[in-house]
Amino acid sequence: MRYLPLSDADRSAMLATIGAPSVDALFADVPASAVLDGPIAGLPNHASEMAVERALVKMAAKNATASTTPFFVGCGAYKHHVPASVDMVIQRGEFLTAYTPYQPEIAQGTLQVLFEFQTQVARLTGMEVANASMYDGSTAMTEAVFMARRITRKNKCIVSAGVHPHYTSVLKTLTRFTGDLVEAGTPALTRGAPGDDLSGLIAAIDADTSCVVVQNPNLFGHIADLTPLADACHKAGALLIVVVTEIVSLGAIKSPGEMGADIVVGEGQSLGAGLNFGGPYLGLFACREKHVRQAPGRLCGETVDASGKRGFVLTLSTREQHIRREKATSNICTNSGLIALAFSAHLTLLGEKGLRHLAALNHARAVQLAERLGRIPGVALLNGAFFNEFTLDLGREARPVVRKLAEKGVLGGVSLGRLWPGHKALETGMIVAVTETATDEDFDAFEDALDEVMA
Amino acid sequence: MATEMNNVGRPTRLVAGTGAAVETFTGNRALMLEEPLLFERGSLDTSGVDLPPVPPVPDRLGGLARDAVIGLPGFSEPEAVRHYTRLSRQNYAIDLGIFPLGSCTMKHNPRLNEKMARLPGFADIHPLQPQSTVQGALELIDVLADWLMKLTGMPAVAMSPKAGAHGELCGMVAIRAALDAKNDPRRVVLVPESAHGTNPATAAFCGFTVENIPANARGRVDLDALLARLGPDVAAVMITNPNTCGLFEPDLKTIADAVHAAGGYVYCDGANFNAIVGRVRPGDLGVDAMHINLHKTFSTPHGGGGPGSGPVVLSEALAPFAPIPFVRKTAKGLELVEEDTAGTQAPDSFGRMVAFHGQMGMFVRALSYMMSHGADGLRQVAEDAVLNANYVLASLKDIYTAPFAASGPCMHEALFSDDFLEGTGLTTLDLAKALIDEGFHPMTMYFPLVVHGAMLVEPTETESKASLDQLIGAMRHVATKMLEDPDAWRSAPHFAPRRRLDETQAARKPVLGYKDQAA
Repeated sequence: MRYLPLSDADRSAMLATIGAPSVDALFADVPASAVLDGPIAGLPNHASEMAVERALVKMAAKNATASTTPFFVGCGAYKHHVPASVDMVIQRGEFLTAYTPYQPEIAQGTLQVLFEFQTQVARLTGMEVANASMYDGSTAMTEAVFMARRITRKNKCIVSAGVHPHYTSVLKTLTRFTGDLVEAGTPALTRGAPGDDLSGLIAAIDADTSCVVVQNPNLFGHIADLTPLADACHKAGALLIVVVTEIVSLGAIKSPGEMGADIVVGEGQSLGAGLNFGGPYLGLFACREKHVRQAPGRLCGETVDASGKRGFVLTLSTREQHIRREKATSNICTNSGLIALAFSAHLTLLGEKGLRHLAALNHARAVQLAERLGRIPGVALLNGAFFNEFTLDLGREARPVVRKLAEKGVLGGVSLGRLWPGHKALETGMIVAVTETATDEDFDAFEDALDEVMA
Repeated sequence: MATEMNNVGRPTRLVAGTGAAVETFTGNRALMLEEPLLFERGSLDTSGVDLPPVPPVPDRLGGLARDAVIGLPGFSEPEAVRHYTRLSRQNYAIDLGIFPLGSCTMKHNPRLNEKMARLPGFADIHPLQPQSTVQGALELIDVLADWLMKLTGMPAVAMSPKAGAHGELCGMVAIRAALDAKNDPRRVVLVPESAHGTNPATAAFCGFTVENIPANARGRVDLDALLARLGPDVAAVMITNPNTCGLFEPDLKTIADAVHAAGGYVYCDGANFNAIVGRVRPGDLGVDAMHINLHKTFSTPHGGGGPGSGPVVLSEALAPFAPIPFVRKTAKGLELVEEDTAGTQAPDSFGRMVAFHGQMGMFVRALSYMMSHGADGLRQVAEDAVLNANYVLASLKDIYTAPFAASGPCMHEALFSDDFLEGTGLTTLDLAKALIDEGFHPMTMYFPLVVHGAMLVEPTETESKASLDQLIGAMRHVATKMLEDPDAWRSAPHFAPRRRLDETQAARKPVLGYKDQAA
């Protein structure tokens, strides 16, 4: 077998050194009732590279890929062009096949990347510090809510109706047993500002509120000035947590930090990661420096070595499970290191100039498409302000429309009926995302297909 | 200085010279290259990405345009490639040599897996595409789930957890949900003191009270102590098998039967599944839930700290509580059970663990690995992993203190303590740093907590005998020299990109990002 270097002669020699008569003797602690005599039934035996590749290529071919289809699906995962050199960087064996940097003297590559990543994320979000990444945006948001409870010693969390419902669902799953109270509203297809109602959120803040969680741009693509909400939170001793699922937006719109956020969490998939059917993605987590000792996840910090040279280490690990055990701030062990590298490398290639260009391009293309689609009879554009994603009211159930568009070879968006099943008032909504990858031909195909389906 | 000269003046060999230490202008030492921070070299006006022009349309940003400088320097493509390539060379990695980090299963990462994960049909599809357009992706998840269930002998599997600790959380939430469904108020979770720190952290997160169970003199769970503690308040026992001392827990079935009889559940930490895959099915040992680290047993790369993937196999008792989404076979094809159909298809599901469906990229790699090995090859994986660890144990136990070697063979990892260094003033840390100078990544240090100065060596099955012999030789050499002349060994490493780093300073005054005028 190509991945196993030992020969039978090696095995015999090693057994002799060990003083064991056979490999079976090494498994002597396994109770007889649990010993399997041979390979597990119902599974195939080993296969060549060629055979495995053939089988998996066949499976992959059954899927409609974003690059071969007019593609406008977003809602927390976005189709962006990732430069070829990013994938080359993450396939360097020294990054790909390294472990968590527990021996910093021989892991400065990973550690310096994490230090640069933390700096990039802090600047992008307008915050003072960022951690070395988390699993994804939804788990990062949940960790932020727990952090707010630890800081404020209050336990009521108000979640805006504009937050991705899957994120809220993850939060609800994990707060069932922690004593946190989650108040989450239902969105509305309000013209001009679909999704949430910031004044309603402000009114809901009370003395027990630990935090308000709001997404910007929200699920519906709407963007808002969060400053009044931040002020209201702070007046009540609560924290403002801002979720960003389309991180490219921060190249165009004011950062959550500039609007008064205390914790910013996000999904970093847009830069470096690719779509990958939902994972692996990249949880971003940034906060104010005064709160960093309550932050979850790994942190990389600068220090010096014994000869005075600058170097980097994982630090503040006394918050973590391997030291604190049941008193840890979080049970998380792994971060998303390689995807953080991809994100960082992509952002380094873009630089500020490239990121701003990319964001402006996404926005302008989205404005163009929104105006075209909004002119189709029966279709109404709900957003006033937006970045690269907007919501259309189709005046009829959107879910079958999305399916019909797919039959015409256009992946045209996400129906609100899929994300918010059972909410009659939302079922006419369809969320459309536009990135730099969509061409004029894609626009034409989408417009024609939607026109036909709506007719 | 005399040199031999060829006919155009170029010396063809060094004739004289001392080779004394030279301070270089750059701080580099030939192939050992220093690399400044991106923020010290890059420029806000440089970009390594060409983009089409922005169409001139009025913006609809609602007056929220970002005007202030963000502070994100960029590189051209050649500068960026060089920056990361130079940084990469400051890392140790499996591709460079043995990485015997106990409990981490640092095995070779086959490149076929990488190639398969990059097939556009897997890499370039969106989690919210219409399900009719992703039938191949759902098929892949379904096939992988089938492998995992068969390899563990368990009837169900939750695929979405993103890492081992996340899988633990999934399993423990399922146990809590099962108890709540019965209005059963039991809240104590028993955790052996040798357990990985995530176990007690996870149990506490789910609202359980953690109590430790001691280990016996053989490095296993103290069966009598555990059985004596069982009662109507015990919700679950969390056991790692093989355990963190690298030993099989022979009483797991007895423990599981007793826990079930007392009304509790058994969570098995599957971090060490590599030792028994294909030879023992946890389902035959009475386990109710076990996470599987695809990034350990099934070779998906660790990537310098993730991404991982931690599917959880579940017993019949816990399966109804599994998270959404999951894949279901229907007459029309494969279907993803999400919020809209959960009411009928998964009424007891405890909800979502993550925004989407889990680590698809890791699923592809793991299945590629499983299909490559097959049922026969995976069995050989466990056998070779255990053989390699026992070879290391047998080859070192005359010098290194091997606390449990007398009780029989180990499984996939060999545990030593630093008791043999007593009196030298040297500890496990010094030994580990000396191994860095020898060109190895050290073993896991100071874990598990049940022995003094623990050194946990997990070679994995992808190491050759020659590679093991080199590690063994170096470990014997370093230990012998340390006992002869301890003073010479207090300051390693000497030859790594950095000397020992000051972790105290890093924690006392944390500097967690680059600060400059532009920020």
